[in-house]
Amino acid sequence: MNRLSILIISMLAPLTTLADWEVNMSRGVSPTANAAYDLHMLIFYITVVIGIVVFGVMFYSIYHHRKSKGAKPASFHESTTVEVIWTVIPFVILVGMAIPATKTLIMMEDTRNSEITVKVTGYQWMWKYDYVEDDVSFFSKLADSSNEARQLGSKIDVNKVDNYLLNVDNEMVLPTNTKVRILLTASDVIHAWWVPEITGKKDAIPGYINELWVDIKEPGVYRGQCTELCGKDHGFMPIVVRAVPKQEYTKWVSLNQKNRVADKSK
Amino acid sequence: MSVNIDHLKEEHHQPSGLMRWITTTNHKDIGSLYLWFSLLMFFVGGLMALVIRAELFQPGLQFVVPGFFNQMTTMHALIMIFGAVMPAFVGLANWQLPMMIGAPDMALPRLNNWSFWILPFAFTMLLSTLFFESGGPAAGWTLYPPLSLQGGNSMPFVIFSIHLLGASSILGAINVIATILNMRAPGMTLMKMPIFVWTWLITAFLLIASMPVLAGAITMLLTDRFFGTSFFTAAGGGDPVLFQHIFWFFGHPEVYILILPAFGIVSTIIPAFSRKKLFGYDSMVYATASIALLSFIVWAHHMFTVGMPLAGEIFFMFTTMLIAVPTGVKVFNWVATMWKGSMTFETPMLFALAFIILFTIGGFSGLMLAITPADFQYHDTYFVVAHFHYVLVPGAVFAIIAAVYYWLPKWTGKMYNETLGKIHFWMTTIFVNITFFPMHFVGLAGMPRRIPDYAVQFTDFNMIASVGAFGFGLSQLLFVYILFLTLRQPVTAADKSWEGAEGLEWTLPSPAPYHSFDTPPKVD
Repeated sequence: MNRLSILIISMLAPLTTLADWEVNMSRGVSPTANAAYDLHMLIFYITVVIGIVVFGVMFYSIYHHRKSKGAKPASFHESTTVEVIWTVIPFVILVGMAIPATKTLIMMEDTRNSEITVKVTGYQWMWKYDYVEDDVSFFSKLADSSNEARQLGSKIDVNKVDNYLLNVDNEMVLPTNTKVRILLTASDVIHAWWVPEITGKKDAIPGYINELWVDIKEPGVYRGQCTELCGKDHGFMPIVVRAVPKQEYTKWVSLNQKNRVADKSK
Repeated sequence: MSVNIDHLKEEHHQPSGLMRWITTTNHKDIGSLYLWFSLLMFFVGGLMALVIRAELFQPGLQFVVPGFFNQMTTMHALIMIFGAVMPAFVGLANWQLPMMIGAPDMALPRLNNWSFWILPFAFTMLLSTLFFESGGPAAGWTLYPPLSLQGGNSMPFVIFSIHLLGASSILGAINVIATILNMRAPGMTLMKMPIFVWTWLITAFLLIASMPVLAGAITMLLTDRFFGTSFFTAAGGGDPVLFQHIFWFFGHPEVYILILPAFGIVSTIIPAFSRKKLFGYDSMVYATASIALLSFIVWAHHMFTVGMPLAGEIFFMFTTMLIAVPTGVKVFNWVATMWKGSMTFETPMLFALAFIILFTIGGFSGLMLAITPADFQYHDTYFVVAHFHYVLVPGAVFAIIAAVYYWLPKWTGKMYNETLGKIHFWMTTIFVNITFFPMHFVGLAGMPRRIPDYAVQFTDFNMIASVGAFGFGLSQLLFVYILFLTLRQPVTAADKSWEGAEGLEWTLPSPAPYHSFDTPPKVD
C-alpha cells in the first residue's frame, strides 16, 4: 500500500503546477447564463444541506449504534407518521425549487423582440453562420494549429498551442447588449451548439429549426464546443464568439458584407 | 463449485462436463452461469473503459484514433449495461428467488436455460463487430440517428444482437413473474415477500414493458438503413427526434431496471447487519412501485436540449423532480433501519453503506440535472457522466458485489476471507471516487462527454480520473482472487451465515441443496 500511495502522489505532484483547478460552472456574461448559474448554486446548496442532515444522522447511527459499543437492537420498524413527514417535507422542498426553475425556463425560452438573427448550421465537422438581416455568411472550423497538433502521433506539445481545440479560423462576431436570436439546424447529423459563458446548449437537428437567445453583457472572446456526438471529429468542432460593442459590430458587418459581395463576383 | 454433490448424484438424467452447463435447467446452475458471464463482461467492458481513460490521461491523441475511441465508448456502455449489470441481477434472481420464496426451482426451467444461452451468442456477435474492417458501432449506445445510420457494416449486427439481448431479458422477466406469482410458499402473501423479491417483481414488469419499445426503435433504424423507409431521416419526411423519444421511453425504465434490484439487495443487507427489521417495509414497496410508474413519464429529461415546447419541458422537469420523493423515502427508511440497531461492518454491509452514501450523491446530481434551465448547461458534459456512473458503479455494481459477499457462503458453503474483503471494499470505494468525482468538476467547467481529446484546462482532473480508473480496475482483480480463494476452501459455513440474516434461504443447509425446497416451508 505504501509504495502505491507514493506512486500516486508522485504522479499527482506535477499537477499542482498546471493550470487553475476549475471546479464549478462559470457565472457567465449573459442573463440566461447567469440565471442557470444561480439555479445551479441554489439547488447545489439545498442538496448539500440535505446531504449533511441525512449523512449526519447516518454517521451518528453508525458510530453510536454499533454492536462493538454494546448497542442492543431496538424493535421498532414502522411509523406512518414519520413516513408521511419524510414524504411531505421533500415535496415542499421540491416545490420551492420548481418555482424559480420554471420562471427561469420561461425567461430562457422567450426569443421574442430580438434585434438580430443568426442562423447556425452544424456540419460534420464545422459550423456555418448566416447573419440573416446583415447578409453575412461564413464557415467556422477548428484552427489549423490545433488541427495539426491533435493528430495521433503529431509530437506537438498541445500545451503550447494557442487555445488548443478551442480556436477557430473564423470567429462568430456578436454585438454586446443586444438580444440576438440564434436559429439552429444541421445539414447531416445532430450537433449541439454550446458556449457555456453566454448560453446553455441546444441541439442543431437536420429538418428542425431550434431557437435560443443570447444577450452578451461584456465584450470578450467566449469559447465552446459541439456537445452532441456527431461522428469521429465531434471533439474537434469548437465555437468561438467574439462579443464587441455595437459600433464595432456594425463595422465588422460592413467589412464582411463587402467580402461576401467580392466573393460573389469571382 | 456451486452444487451440492450429494444431491447431484440423485439426478438420473444429469450429463456431466460441458453438457451439464449447456443443458442445465437448474436455477442455481443457471444463476452461476449468469454471474460468471456477468463477471467476464464486467472485465471486458472495464478494459474498454481503461482504453478510454488511457487516451484521456492527457490532452492530445496518444493511443487511439477518434473513430476507435467512439467505438470504445459505445461498446463500453452496451457491454456494461446489457452484459454486466443486467445479467448479474438475473443471476442473483435465479439463485435467490426460489430460495427466498420457498420454491424448488424457477417456474419455467427450460425457458431459463434458453434466456441465458442467448447471451453468449449475442455478445459474440456484438463484440465481433470490433474486428470488422469498418469497425464496431460508434454512434454511442443511444444509437441516435442520423449518425447511427452512417455507421459501417456493424450496424445490422449490433441491432440483431440487441434484439437478442432484449429477447433474453423478456424471457427472464417472464420467468421471474411466473415464479414469484405462482411458487411462493403457503402463507407468503405478497406483502410478506422479501423486499428483494418485490423489487425484482417490479423490475420484471419494467423489462416486459420497455424492452419491446427498444426493439421497435432499433427495427425502425434497420428499415431506415436497408429498406428505404424514412422514420428518422428528415430528408425523407421523417423525424430524427422521434427516435430519441422512443429510445428514452425504453431508456428511462431501463435505468430503474438497473437500480431497483440493487435497492432490494441493500434493503436486505442493511437490516441483517443492523440486527433490526427493515424500517417501513410497506412504504419501501410503495416507493419502489411509484419509482417504476414514474419512470414511464420522465423520459424526455434525457433530451431537454432537442427544442421541446415549453409546456413539455416544464412537464418533464416536474415529473423528474417528483422521483426524488420515493427515492428519498427509501434512503430515509434505510437510515431509520440503522437507527438504534446493533451494527457490525462485514464486507457486504460496508458495500451497502457505501451504496447508500454514493448513490445518494448520484441522486443529488440527478436532482440538479432535472432542473431544465440548469440542464441546458449540464447536458452532455462530464457532469452527466459523473452522475450516471455514481448511480451505476457505486450504485448497481456495489449492490451486486455486496450481494455476492452476502450470499456466497449460502451458495458455496464457504466463507470468504473477511480481511481481504475489507481491503477490496476500501480500495474499490476510494478508487471509484477518485475516478468519478473529478468528472463533476470538468463537466461543470465545460468539458463535453464522448470526446477523445480535450482543451488543456481540463487536464488535471482527467489525469486524476484516469489514475482512479486503473486503480479501480486493479482492485477488481482482488475480487476475483478472493472468489478463487473462497472456492478452494473446504465447506465450513454455517447454515445461517450472518447473525442478523432473515429469510427462508438461511433455513436451508449451506451450500443450499440442488433443488432448494423439496417441500414448501410454512410461512406465518
